[in-house]
Amino acid sequence: MSTLTPSLARGRGRGGVAIQIALALVITVYLWLFLQAQSQIEVCVLLVVAAVAVFAANRFGLTGRIEVATRSSPRAGPWCALIGTLTLIAVFYDVHYVLLLICTVLLFSTACLGLTVQFGYVGIANFAGAAFFGIGSYTIAVLAARTGIPHLLLIVLSGVVSAAIGSILILPVLRTRGHYAALVTIAFGILFQTFVEVNNLLGGPQGLHLPGISTFGYSFSDGLELFDQDVSFYVPYALLSLVIFAAAYVVIKRLERSWIGLSMDVVRTDETAAATFGIHIARWKVIAFMLGNFLAGVAGSVYGMMTGFVSPDNFTFSDSLLLVSIAVLGGLGNPLGLVPAAFIVLVLPQKLQFIQEYRFLFYAVVVIAILLFRPDGLLPRRTRQFFNNEVPR
Amino acid sequence: MDALGQYIVNGLMLGMIYAMVAVGFTLFFGVLDAIQFSHGDVLMLGAFAGLAASLGVSALGISSPWLQLVAVLVCAVVVTGLLGAAIARFLILPLHRAPPLNTLLATLMLGSVLRECVRLFYPDGANPKPFPALLPTSFVKLGTFGLRVDNIILLLAGLVVIVGLHLLITRTRLGLAIRAVAQDGETARLMGIDFSAVVLLTFGLGSAIAALAGVMNGLYYNEINFNEGLLLGVIGFSAAILGGLGNVYGAILGGFLFAGLEVLGSAALPALVPDIPSAYKDVFAFAVVIILMAWKPTGLIAERMSERV
Repeated sequence: MSTLTPSLARGRGRGGVAIQIALALVITVYLWLFLQAQSQIEVCVLLVVAAVAVFAANRFGLTGRIEVATRSSPRAGPWCALIGTLTLIAVFYDVHYVLLLICTVLLFSTACLGLTVQFGYVGIANFAGAAFFGIGSYTIAVLAARTGIPHLLLIVLSGVVSAAIGSILILPVLRTRGHYAALVTIAFGILFQTFVEVNNLLGGPQGLHLPGISTFGYSFSDGLELFDQDVSFYVPYALLSLVIFAAAYVVIKRLERSWIGLSMDVVRTDETAAATFGIHIARWKVIAFMLGNFLAGVAGSVYGMMTGFVSPDNFTFSDSLLLVSIAVLGGLGNPLGLVPAAFIVLVLPQKLQFIQEYRFLFYAVVVIAILLFRPDGLLPRRTRQFFNNEVPR
Repeated sequence: MDALGQYIVNGLMLGMIYAMVAVGFTLFFGVLDAIQFSHGDVLMLGAFAGLAASLGVSALGISSPWLQLVAVLVCAVVVTGLLGAAIARFLILPLHRAPPLNTLLATLMLGSVLRECVRLFYPDGANPKPFPALLPTSFVKLGTFGLRVDNIILLLAGLVVIVGLHLLITRTRLGLAIRAVAQDGETARLMGIDFSAVVLLTFGLGSAIAALAGVMNGLYYNEINFNEGLLLGVIGFSAAILGGLGNVYGAILGGFLFAGLEVLGSAALPALVPDIPSAYKDVFAFAVVIILMAWKPTGLIAERMSERV
């Protein structure tokens, strides 16, 4: 492979971009069809089409070519995805429900990016994801009601508070491993839920109302009018969620590619070896844990502002498990896999009414099946490659 | 005096239930080095199986509470014993070579499955169900303090289970095999012990003990709930860790210690902080778990660990 001449490599790169654009187009059209599908039969047909397409792509080696394409020109994919998402938001500009789904997927994916850093990179299993998400929502609810701090700043602040409260757990998490650390986070998740349930200042079981984001004198919940068309008030939220997710994604991807990501991977795979090579285990665990909780808090604050309401029922242990299922389903440690996984976990039950009631059961069974039969998830994480002409392993 | 007596009985009762749950965790960890996190939900399922049995028996026209009790116990033990063995066979053994967190996650999800199944498919399972009072509810007078007969029976029954388990593990061939597998699975196999049979039996045994704890819990509070397994599972796991995973006596000790802490918390908290709602006792209990883990990361009686490089 190293004998590849530069012009040939460039030519293949151009082909790679074309493949990625085509793929993005197909996925965008598919999502458009899926999101606007009304009847159960339509949804089922689309699901079957997707299953057949994935099977056929695997069968005829298309998946491999897509993988080579994304590897040869890694910058094209994210831009295509960004444009595709913007297109979807533009197409559904006045459909509240679909925009709400898009926002939910983006925000939960952001929270799961945090879990990916914790679970996938340094190997801290965090079963209190919903609690940190909830801390973000509650922080912004309290601060927006009682202070005049600008809301965009409050979003960042919610993440900081989430990370700060999470730092209580640093000592037990650092001193324990595996099962023991998992127990600490499970205990914290349940502690948080019971605490907000009994705390009257935070609204108790009834929860709190949130005002919705307003910034630079413009209130998001007013909606807006563009080209004589009423645009749903979810559009600004969708754009904000997209910006937050894109920023988090870029940061995490850069992090993974850098020596920081490399150190984190070593910490996860073998602590003894990491210590032997002079890697500061505690430092990377603390940074990953704080960063993950920060992202969950940020996502939670925007989600709370968007739905206008927080209550303890939204942050149960089952919701934490739901976040973990998204991270595992997507392929642990692969930020790209989170979006389809979040889509399957969050949107599918909304579209297929008959599994709505059974959704926790459905996720749990899917995750068990994934763990038993495809432990690497839907889109397994690949070994990182620093050079284009490296032989893939 | 009355209040103190009530606290002591309550603490002993909770301790017995926690100990019986913790013993399961520690047995499973002993033989397979795996955490079976759906253990609490297996317990809940056992309690529901018992409830169904009692309803079925009374529908047949048998009204004797003792016969009903036998039916409840047999049904609960058989259902959970089989379920425990099935979990080991189809979920934990296949994942034995995978990273340990995968087992933890898979069993957490299985707990979710069991919870949701009871909530969705048991008739009106989403609401708390009354558990029949099958034991005599008369009082024994001890001075001014009235001790309920059913509490005495439950405590004695728990003691019998624990002593029985002790005898099983130390005096029988099965116990010897369990101890051998726990010490070193490979060597045990070389000595002609059927590894997977021992594992399945251990899981059945641990789950059956959990079912007994679930029935005890139901008889004590006269109510069962599809959600109770999660809390009992977390507490039982904490108790097992407190006593050092893999150590049966440590788990029993941990169970009673944890119950003591909880009762102490619910008694001392209102005295220390006036006007605090009683619901904070759960917050207190879980805060204690986190603090204990920070202080003694592998339990009061530490698990023996050595790093193989």
